[in-house]
Amino acid sequence: MTDTPAAKRQRPLSPHLQVYRLPLPALTSITHRITGIGLCVGTLLLVWWLVAAAAGPEAYATAAGFIASPIGLILMFGWSAALWYHFFNGLRHLAWDFSAKMLSLQQSYSSANLVIGASIGATIVTWVLVFAL
Amino acid sequence: MANPTNSFRTPLGRARGLGSAKLGAQHWLAYRVASAGLAVLTVLFVILVLSLIGASYEEVVATFKKPCPVILTILFLGATFHHAAYGLQEVFEDYLHGKLSKLVAIGLTKAAALVLFLLASFAVLKIAFGA
Repeated sequence: MTDTPAAKRQRPLSPHLQVYRLPLPALTSITHRITGIGLCVGTLLLVWWLVAAAAGPEAYATAAGFIASPIGLILMFGWSAALWYHFFNGLRHLAWDFSAKMLSLQQSYSSANLVIGASIGATIVTWVLVFAL
Repeated sequence: MANPTNSFRTPLGRARGLGSAKLGAQHWLAYRVASAGLAVLTVLFVILVLSLIGASYEEVVATFKKPCPVILTILFLGATFHHAAYGLQEVFEDYLHGKLSKLVAIGLTKAAALVLFLLASFAVLKIAFGA
């Protein structure tokens, strides 16, 4: 070992993001960030909707028409899913931060699955309510 | 400058604020407490929005003339933009490596969050107090 030149030694390499399949807890972590950034963009639509409602019936009709259009509905669906994911994963982070429990590898996997299930469930309930109301 | 050995100040008092962070974990804790509040407001605001599905312009305006929806919406907007600005700040702190670009990005984010919060809140108040 000591007689091989330093450059030829087989050192362990840290996994590179492009060739490394992210484990579920890492995937939920980066998804939290991505959904957070997406929700920041989503606030612009909320501001537009409120400003349009304040501006008058024509401006409101434009904003409401955009939201009810196919592109608007796709964006709303994406934002609702992002919101519920960020909501439930945020609660998971709060539970970790305030209790310092549920931190074992197995528990981080099971809580990740719980978050994914809860966000899918809440998104479905939200859209069932949207079309039922 | 008083000799630190015979000062009345405690060692902790003298050390405070001298580290590279200048501040302790207050902002970390405050962000988490505010997040818990935002979670509650989010559920309430989603219920408000769902109650307005299919509502006409007149119904939306009538809703924002009632005190509870107005107060809830402004609280939600405040908590949301505070959370968004702080969250984006963490993203910039992690991924932007130039001192100046980091400073500019965080500054612009906070300014934009404040302007958007005031814009949306003003809109809600205009409906609430408008004719």
